[in-house]
Amino acid sequence: MKAKNKVINSIKMNFPSLSVNESAARAMVAAFSAQADPTTTELADIKCAVSEAVTNCIVHAYPDSIGEIYISVKILEGRKILIEIKDKGRGIEDIDLAKTPLYTGAPGEERSGMGFTVMESFMDEMKVRSRVEKGTTVLLLKRLTQRR
Amino acid sequence: MEKELYVFRYDEEKKRVNLRLVGEIDHHSAAILRHEIDEALMKKRPNLLYVDLSGVDFMDSSGLGLIMGRYSLMKKLGGETVVLNPSPRAKKILTLAGMEKVIRIEKREVKADESKK
Repeated sequence: MKAKNKVINSIKMNFPSLSVNESAARAMVAAFSAQADPTTTELADIKCAVSEAVTNCIVHAYPDSIGEIYISVKILEGRKILIEIKDKGRGIEDIDLAKTPLYTGAPGEERSGMGFTVMESFMDEMKVRSRVEKGTTVLLLKRLTQRR
Repeated sequence: MEKELYVFRYDEEKKRVNLRLVGEIDHHSAAILRHEIDEALMKKRPNLLYVDLSGVDFMDSSGLGLIMGRYSLMKKLGGETVVLNPSPRAKKILTLAGMEKVIRIEKREVKADESKK
């Protein structure tokens, strides 16, 4: 999922992993993505996927501490939006297991285990890179429908 | 400044709770909701819990956890849970998790006599 297409515009943000920042993070990504003229559904899909990724950072990457979360959003030529959500937290030992629907790495927390499933089904592509004790990067790509 | 996240109404006669969730449900708000709702449910011990989603503008998978958790608590209390009026967005997530196989999801108004205190 390399940015083969030319980057038209991009934005970066970072913030501490406080759960109160979840709504601001998805709202900011949505506000920036809006300039690519997505449909309401596409924008809602993006918001939800970002919310899942940011929640993962807060709950799983930095379970007992506050760490930094980095988000980059790129609007690419050809009506594509590429979002990168990165942390320098605990990392994921088994990515395939983490992606399994209904599996949760935090059973005591009343998590649904649907985070990656939501990201995968609401976006067109998802890529997860992780190294234990180094951190995790989630890449999300949304292809917007052609507007008249 | 905290926004109102829910309205909890108990019908003593019918032993029913109408829980109307409002605004955005994510991991942050779900943690607050869970705590306060459980306290109220434990106190009232209703037979039926309506979770009305008509006032929800945003919900991610934390909302699923919230609903499943309340469903389990109600089951322990010997009661039922019914999810009311999910928006098309909320429905998309509920369906993704196969929730309609576990919990009744209905589209309807809760009558005034069902939602009064």
